[in-house]
Amino acid sequence: MSITAESLRNKLTAEMGAVHVEVEDTTTDHCSTSFKVLIVCPQFEGKPLLQRHRMVNTCLAEELKEIHAFEQKTLTPEQWEKQKAD
Amino acid sequence: MNHLFRLSAGLLRSGTAGLYRRRPVPEGHVSLVVARLFSSEPENSELGQLIKKDKVVVFIKGTPAQPMCGFSNAVVQILRMHGVDDYASYNVLEDQDLRQGVKNFSNWPTIPQVYFNGEFVGGCDILLQMHQNGDLVEELKKLGIHSALLDANKDEQKK
Repeated sequence: MSITAESLRNKLTAEMGAVHVEVEDTTTDHCSTSFKVLIVCPQFEGKPLLQRHRMVNTCLAEELKEIHAFEQKTLTPEQWEKQKAD
Repeated sequence: MNHLFRLSAGLLRSGTAGLYRRRPVPEGHVSLVVARLFSSEPENSELGQLIKKDKVVVFIKGTPAQPMCGFSNAVVQILRMHGVDDYASYNVLEDQDLRQGVKNFSNWPTIPQVYFNGEFVGGCDILLQMHQNGDLVEELKKLGIHSALLDANKDEQKK
């Protein structure tokens, strides 16, 4: 399986109903397959951070077996709008 | 109930004494080298014991004195900023079984991993966000740990 920023973005959008996804390939920073993702998804509403991250982990379970380092930022659409405004 | 856990932990420990070697590390943290394979046994009980032994438990790459990874270092630095220096730290680089075992146990794919009072908190991202939004100070308070940043803030307000 070839994991690319694109493939991650597609999977997150399709399977989690994310409204906005940014995926950065940070492999060069870490010497092995690494990604940094920002996911904006209405399903995060009302969920604590850990639960949000676990949702993403479940969605990307297969890919995470190959990924060495993974950073994620999980926001609700409301938090995302607020962050953009700041 | 807690005293029962401590009792049984003590019994378990004496029973498996030969399987654990404790090596005191200069900076005061104990690094546990597990001689037994995690996969064959109910690792839950062993890891389960480990994460309950101390209020704050972290599994990192390297040691607090010498973290071997940027994310692990972030966890160490954040704890240091809050004045938390009495915590248990386990180096997953020393033990591949621990490294995989803790991922299975918490159902979390990466290291570092942070536990408060035996409960999985998250990795570096989550700890950082908790630090930034003030949740970490609150969680530490629940553990009976007074964050150093609270004093720093008080000093600021006095000025």
